[in-house]
Amino acid sequence: MFLINAKRIFRSGVQNFFRNGFVTLSSILIMTVTLFIIGAIIFLGGFFNYTLDKIKDKVDVNVYFVTTAPEADILIVQKSLEGLPEVDSVVYVSRDQALADFKEKHSGDTLTLQALTEIGDNPLGASLNIKAKDPSQYEGIAEFLKGNNLLSKNGASIIDKVNYYQNKVTIDRLTSIIKSANVLGLWLIAIFVFISILITLNTIRLTIFMAKDEISVMRLVGASGRYVKGPFIVSGFLCGVISALIIFVFLGISTYWLNHSYSTYFSGFDVFAYYIKNIFYIFFAIFGLGIVLGTLASYLAVHRYLRE
Amino acid sequence: MLSSNDIISPYMIVFDKITKVYPDGEIALDEVSLSISPKEFVSIVGHSGAGKTTFLKMLLAEERPTSGNVFFQSQDIHRLKKHEIHHFRRKVGTVFQDFRLLPNKTVYENVAFAMEVSGRPDDEIYLDVPHVLELVNLSKKAMSFPRELSGGEKQRVAIARAIVNQPDIIIADEPTGNLDPINTHEIIQILKKINDLGTTVILTTHNKGVIDSLGKRVISLDGGKVMRDDATGRYVL
Repeated sequence: MFLINAKRIFRSGVQNFFRNGFVTLSSILIMTVTLFIIGAIIFLGGFFNYTLDKIKDKVDVNVYFVTTAPEADILIVQKSLEGLPEVDSVVYVSRDQALADFKEKHSGDTLTLQALTEIGDNPLGASLNIKAKDPSQYEGIAEFLKGNNLLSKNGASIIDKVNYYQNKVTIDRLTSIIKSANVLGLWLIAIFVFISILITLNTIRLTIFMAKDEISVMRLVGASGRYVKGPFIVSGFLCGVISALIIFVFLGISTYWLNHSYSTYFSGFDVFAYYIKNIFYIFFAIFGLGIVLGTLASYLAVHRYLRE
Repeated sequence: MLSSNDIISPYMIVFDKITKVYPDGEIALDEVSLSISPKEFVSIVGHSGAGKTTFLKMLLAEERPTSGNVFFQSQDIHRLKKHEIHHFRRKVGTVFQDFRLLPNKTVYENVAFAMEVSGRPDDEIYLDVPHVLELVNLSKKAMSFPRELSGGEKQRVAIARAIVNQPDIIIADEPTGNLDPINTHEIIQILKKINDLGTTVILTTHNKGVIDSLGKRVISLDGGKVMRDDATGRYVL
């Protein structure tokens, strides 16, 4: 009995889907727009994170050592820094390396290079380049270095300077921008998703409103509530699946095209690679939302007319 | 007059002092008491606003009376629970002036729908629907949609749908209101045939010719009251 009913409800839903051409089309149209917004937000989020990571990557702290600091001591500092949980990486730049870098940087500037040879000795100290996992953690690392100032043999500090204090303002500002950008992004997403879901719900409610007389006829002939609801929910489900399919394919094609034609717009962010990498996540987000929206909206709308 | 002892009775339908007052204060039915036996053919006549439509709504449990009870086969239909109402409605076939067909279903599917909702098996549907369509002379239009049919044809589909579950009673609310005389005659003949086969028919109509030619029981309503109830009545208002 259940199987027969399920079969009939499903068949009726599929029939309505195809025979109600115009209504089906407008539902699909609205749902594709909603799902497109969701899809675009997924990519926007990806792009956003990518950019933030890039900016975060540019923030670092350098510890400059005095020229007399022995290499072994510096390596000990490096070790202890690497032991900190908030530190992502520590790169050691030796005195010779620093000199080579300097020469490279000023390769066209003969005056500077001449001055350097004039000095005779290498005036540059070794340094450690520290990257934290999160920009807000630089302060702690700087404090740590300050506390370990006495890491020297002859009593004098081997640390010449820590450039965190020069960069502090910039780092703080970046940290707060990143934080507020995250919060703002979340709010924007929530608002867009909310609005587009509302529009979809209303459109489907309107299409079912047009079927109000049909619903009353079904009831009069003796159809149970479930039997009336069923086909509408099946139609809604189909609308959701079709819209999701359209957007899923569209996102694939458009990201591929964007990558090949406008890749410079995204400052190195590979949209198509992002699509491929997150294909399962995108698939489930788009189809899940499409199906939930379609069925839930239909259910709620018919439910209202059945209560009357 | 009826007493409560009469409720378990040979009657199929009993209206016991039904009053319906709408929220705006309009009295649509005023202490209407009457009974209808199985296999009767009853016509209900009256001006617009006399209470005919409200009378049928009471009978279909579409609206609740303000006071009084309606019994169908000794069961108070306004005490039925929500999920019992659709079982009750399957025992009643309804035909309306505006046909009320499902626009997205073919003639065949419209008729089959009434059987499907009653949970009848597929093989019965394959057998009964063509049979009923033949009865109303629409076999050739089985695959047409309602928009492709004339008024008379639509009404015949509605009748086919109403009788396909072999209901105990057919309620026809001005079924000829939108039809020309030839189609009207045809519809009435079909209803008569259904009645001859043993189904109770309740018909409301404005058509004097129809009532006079039937020569069956006529109940006249006016201002929500039963004015006349004649066993072989004519159209008198």
